[in-house]
Amino acid sequence: MRPSKPHTADVFILVGGLLLFWQVLFLLVGELAITPPLDTLLYAIRLLGRERFWPHVVETATAFAAGLAISVVGGLAIGLSLGFHRLSGEVFEPILTALYSIPKVTLYPMILLIFGIRMSAKVAFGTIHGIVPIIIFTMDAVRNIKPVYIKTGRLYHLDPATMARTILVPAALPEIVTGLRVGFSLTLIGTLIGEMFGSLQGLGFVLMRAIGLHDVKTIMAVTLLLVAFAASINTILLVIDHRLHERAI
Amino acid sequence: MRLRTNVLRIAVVLGAFLAVELLSRIGAIPRVMMIPPSEMLIALVRLLLSGRMNVHIAITLRNVGIALTSALLLGFVGGVVVHALPRLRRILDPLFASYYSIPIFVFYPLFIVIFGMGSIPLIIMGFLSAVVAMVINTLNGLDRVPRVFRKTAQVFQMTRARAVCLIILPAAAANIFTGIKLAVAYAFIGVIAAEFILSGGGIGYQISFTYYAFDNNTMYALILLILVLVTVINMSLYVWERRLLTRMGRR
Repeated sequence: MRPSKPHTADVFILVGGLLLFWQVLFLLVGELAITPPLDTLLYAIRLLGRERFWPHVVETATAFAAGLAISVVGGLAIGLSLGFHRLSGEVFEPILTALYSIPKVTLYPMILLIFGIRMSAKVAFGTIHGIVPIIIFTMDAVRNIKPVYIKTGRLYHLDPATMARTILVPAALPEIVTGLRVGFSLTLIGTLIGEMFGSLQGLGFVLMRAIGLHDVKTIMAVTLLLVAFAASINTILLVIDHRLHERAI
Repeated sequence: MRLRTNVLRIAVVLGAFLAVELLSRIGAIPRVMMIPPSEMLIALVRLLLSGRMNVHIAITLRNVGIALTSALLLGFVGGVVVHALPRLRRILDPLFASYYSIPIFVFYPLFIVIFGMGSIPLIIMGFLSAVVAMVINTLNGLDRVPRVFRKTAQVFQMTRARAVCLIILPAAAANIFTGIKLAVAYAFIGVIAAEFILSGGGIGYQISFTYYAFDNNTMYALILLILVLVTVINMSLYVWERRLLTRMGRR
């Protein structure tokens, strides 16, 4: 799904509206439950100034980056092959759709037992979330490439790697970027859920520890930081996505 | 061609299971890590027969049910309202576009703080996961109703209600069905993930409990239960959707 290009003014109205909603919610439920927008922002900045906070950021960022790298490389390779080879694509498509819609959290204990409570478990968990949408989008994109492009490639006797690099990827790029955008978000979700259960470091762990301590300020500030991060990267990717699709038409 | 694809697909799935079975039987996968799939199945059958998980299964299904029903109703109504108000829609569009990029599980601690540990935060997580998919797909569906259909309704001087029932809804049905399909999957993911992270009951809770109790047999039986349950539900919707589309002559 690709919505129409947003106007800057509308984005400001939206963000303003959400902040207003937040402030009103604060006035309704009181400070035992949530903190108001400005205080949360100030506390988030203070957290970022603390040295003890950074190892958690680095831990989450490292796990996320590794998971994303594997998802992107693996997802593209598998997606390109499945899209190119029609029969395997048809065989695997429903399996992939099924994998996409199962609650993958339930697999986390298994991953913990395999990898141990370490960084690699979070990376693996981020990867199983992120790789599936990248495969599905890439596969669909390659299937929809005009056959004449691929025939031209065959005519030149291109080997699979050159074919992928010079024909498949450029022709399918707009859809691939959409897939990467979805893959990015899901890898982040996977990494964070991984950290919220059975982890001793990282932002997800900070959140869970804060529940135990009833530390609302930290919960709100970390949530704000994560949401701001996810939303900004998604906006950048959306803009690239729109540009590529416009060019393709 | 179609038959061959189906046979190959079943072969792939069975092959994967057999490979894992073989690897665990010869000890390449240690038992503390994973039990053989056949034993998971036996453990699951025993567990279901013993009935000691019935309470938790009921809790999860009830929470998913409440979350899903409210998400479908409010999502559909929300979609119709937003569709009728283009100005509001332009403002909300960026929210819809970014919604699923936000790891909504980070809000779960917040809901626990506000509502306390119990069913409400779980239902909210399921609802929040599902509702926007329903809104977006209702909007898409209403967008795709060809203008000539609306004009036809005018020519026949249909009342608004009649036009909606006889023309608009059927024309938007395919997309709305996609919305329902996604909402079902997301509601399950939302509730079970939240149960798993922190809760006092439900299948997700039991999976995390048995993990900490080193009770691999029960844990893998429950994991299998969730995967089978959700896959069967999703696949039935998928097959139903195919039939619906064929009947409507779209494919």
